[in-house]
Amino acid sequence: MSATTMTNWQLIKNGIFAENTIFKLAISLCPSIAVTSGLKNGVLMGVAVLFVQTMVNITIALMRNVINSKIRIPVFMLVISGWVSVADMGMAAYARDVYRSMGLYIQLIVAFASILARAELFASKNKVTPSMFDGIGMGLGFLVALTIISFFRELIGKGSLWGVSLTGGVKPLLIMIMPTGGFFAVGILMAFFNWMEQRGGKAPAHH
Amino acid sequence: MEFQKLFNLVVAASLINNFVFTQFLGLCIFFGVSKKMETAIGMSITFMAVMVISAAACWLVFNYGLVPLDITFLKIVVFIGVVAALVQVSDTIMRKISPDLYYKLGVYLALIATNCIIVAVPLTNAGAGYTFIESMFFGVGSGLGFGIALIIMASIREKLELADVPAPFRGMPLAFVTTGLIALAFTGFAGLITL
Repeated sequence: MSATTMTNWQLIKNGIFAENTIFKLAISLCPSIAVTSGLKNGVLMGVAVLFVQTMVNITIALMRNVINSKIRIPVFMLVISGWVSVADMGMAAYARDVYRSMGLYIQLIVAFASILARAELFASKNKVTPSMFDGIGMGLGFLVALTIISFFRELIGKGSLWGVSLTGGVKPLLIMIMPTGGFFAVGILMAFFNWMEQRGGKAPAHH
Repeated sequence: MEFQKLFNLVVAASLINNFVFTQFLGLCIFFGVSKKMETAIGMSITFMAVMVISAAACWLVFNYGLVPLDITFLKIVVFIGVVAALVQVSDTIMRKISPDLYYKLGVYLALIATNCIIVAVPLTNAGAGYTFIESMFFGVGSGLGFGIALIIMASIREKLELADVPAPFRGMPLAFVTTGLIALAFTGFAGLITL
């Protein structure tokens, strides 16, 4: 891919819909199940990824002319792990209760295929501004996906949203906050998006 | 004595806290290579080898490098560097010593470098404060668990290819629902051993 011709707004839309990390590309799936048993965790994880993705894209775009292409992957990994450490320590300092339950997953943002892929495919070939908007778009896509998944899982599994109980005594479906429920939720949501797409007359997405 | 603890560690890491089904790590590779039995087996072997070696190497670096210098906050950066370097080294050595094996397993090596389980094992080791031997056994257990998961999934998916399922569920969505059912079965292991 050479330098992009898309406008900033198109870049953001591309990240949220056409190339949605979880529902369309089906990469970086681990946290989509691991941290989505509650809306709060899901949203904070999404925000962390949004931050790392944007900052990595900006950094790589700034450095794109000085990175020797032979060692670009190690350089990308270093930049990514640096920003992940920042997010990790930030979370540990300002969101202690959440960090305790999902600290490991924050650290593992470092192994996200989607972040490395955007650095390689986009930020290393584009100017800073489009790279920043691409990062925001991809990060927002991830945030939206995690929000949807954790919304349904917390609502059905705990009968609450953001920790506030809504059901008033009705027993929630416990299975949805268990590991199993996470897989079910992502599978069914993926099928739902495929169904929407197929109804729209496009070819079904095969993975 | 010590031996029983190590055995418990392996059982706990492979079955009770199976990385795929209860901790949801390595899902990208799990869904990516579980389409065929042959690739699943190749991946499991490579994975386990890299995991044990990287657990050992990261333990040494962490306890003799980072802890004395008081820079443990750099562990993410260092571990990913160690793992990537190890993968690169084993790739080169394998190509020289055994081109045959390289031809079979080399393609998985490249995939492993950016895998979350491989990084998660040293991070967990560092977090839990395991000894050197314990770290390696934790690596064995995790690798074994990932192998079991991959092989179960591959054998199911080979059959799923022939099944007639509703169009929107074909491919990934069905794989997710299937994994959910296996995960449900794995919750049965909870409480098998208390560490």
